[in-house]
Amino acid sequence: MSINASALAPRSTLLPGTVVLVSAIALLILGSFWTLDLQVAALLSADGLAKLREFARGFAPPDLSPKFLNRVAVGAFETLAMSALGTVLAAIVGLLLALPASRITAPWLRQGARLVLNLLRSIPELVWAALLVIAAGLGPFPGTLALAIHTAGVLGRLFADTLENLPPAPAEALRINGVSPAAVFLYAKLPQAAPQFLSYVLYRWENNIRAATVLGVVGAGGLGQLLYFYLSLFQMEQVATVVLAMLALVVMVDTMSYFARQKMTS
Amino acid sequence: MNSLKSRLPMPAAADGSGRFRDPAWRRRLSWTLLGLVLAWPLLVATQFKPWQLFDATSLDATLKFLATFLPPALQPGFLLEILKAAWITIAIATAGLSLALLLAIPLTLIATTRLSISRIGRARMNALPFVIRQCARWVLVILRSVPELVFALLFVRIVGLGPTAGVLALTLAYAGLAAKVFAEIIESNEGEAAEALLQNGAGRLQALLYGVLPGCATELVSYTVYRWECAIRGSVIMGMVGAGGLGQQLDTSMKMLNGGEVATILTVFVALVALADVLSARLRRTMA
Repeated sequence: MSINASALAPRSTLLPGTVVLVSAIALLILGSFWTLDLQVAALLSADGLAKLREFARGFAPPDLSPKFLNRVAVGAFETLAMSALGTVLAAIVGLLLALPASRITAPWLRQGARLVLNLLRSIPELVWAALLVIAAGLGPFPGTLALAIHTAGVLGRLFADTLENLPPAPAEALRINGVSPAAVFLYAKLPQAAPQFLSYVLYRWENNIRAATVLGVVGAGGLGQLLYFYLSLFQMEQVATVVLAMLALVVMVDTMSYFARQKMTS
Repeated sequence: MNSLKSRLPMPAAADGSGRFRDPAWRRRLSWTLLGLVLAWPLLVATQFKPWQLFDATSLDATLKFLATFLPPALQPGFLLEILKAAWITIAIATAGLSLALLLAIPLTLIATTRLSISRIGRARMNALPFVIRQCARWVLVILRSVPELVFALLFVRIVGLGPTAGVLALTLAYAGLAAKVFAEIIESNEGEAAEALLQNGAGRLQALLYGVLPGCATELVSYTVYRWECAIRGSVIMGMVGAGGLGQQLDTSMKMLNGGEVATILTVFVALVALADVLSARLRRTMA
């Protein structure tokens, strides 16, 4: 016995809105491929494939000499330090900006602070890093600042939303009894919001380690700078080691945060 | 009562001493000190010297560069070029995401346990399907652990400067991300429908279409739209290492220290991201 599935399924009528939407998306996709003029044919030709194979073979034995590994380890620690310090700075600045950006203040102040947060957030770390390298010179310091600036925007927004959504009773109780606003924040709002804040900070740290591995590409220190250096020299064995180190760092952090999350939820 | 009293912050009058005392000050102070001690090696490793920003020569260079931001470059020719670059950025994001989906959808179907036939009625699946699933999962882990910028750098070396490198990098990086999240979405939805279909002899395709997708289609589409928004950000960033579009223009202008052009490009970029943000939020809301 065969079941006619289409007879069982509820008939859905195609709304004109859906048709327009789907055709718009199809047009966007077709238009994209059409304007880009991708060199896929060149890549997949015999010549291109041979080049690809040669390129891949260059990675073959990753450089594992102790001297180079030492260098990579220093780069990896630099990356880790950049991400950690950048996140801590971002949490401090984010909290300072979240106070005016939450509903406890005047509306114009709230709008202004949110605008600043959006601006910080919408420019990616790498662009901040490229700008800061001009101001602060090469090295991990501009990278740290870049991470801090972008993340301050992200965390500030999340912090402000958290503060606005807190149950108001504890703060109200203190305020009615004549406690000063600063003490209300320290003894009611902050303890209430702290767990949420902490989980946001940890989540951003995880993101920032990924970001920090590549910031060096514009000269802002860490593993990325090593990668860019050896890639420019076409020393593929060293490149392979650096990429492996990046992979290891990311996988390590993911595993750590996975277990931390499991512990926190259970 | 006494213990409660000592734990609560005392208003000035109740304390008797006339001063506000933080009952947790000892703990707070020790945590702060511990934090500072731990932060020390980090400060050293990142060469954290903020005062460098303010010494005369670097401050001078910074201010000079910042001064050139105004007025932004608004010559018609340049604006046209930037708009073209912005379109290229959108096109890279769209094409990259489409190709990534072509890769991600089969990988999702391989990786998810929901469509396993050998698992029916037993706790474990057969050895071969298990190995294939695990392999697919490992491919996904590797694909998404390499930052997209690294893929872009490598592809720029292989296919040369331009959008092709960006599209290929997005394809690989986002295939890994999307397939992982797709599989998670499918597995977090209830599986009874698909299992019932499979147990009654439906094929995998039928189970997918009538058992799996109806429950989580909106979530899958919504995540895809969100990825498109991320792809636009990503394609700008990859442009900075030569993968075409707005990012490449930004990189060129920055290297020439042309602040006016940088200001214009950054404005267009922020507007583009905001537009993608609004569009994707709107799309997701209509679907939900």
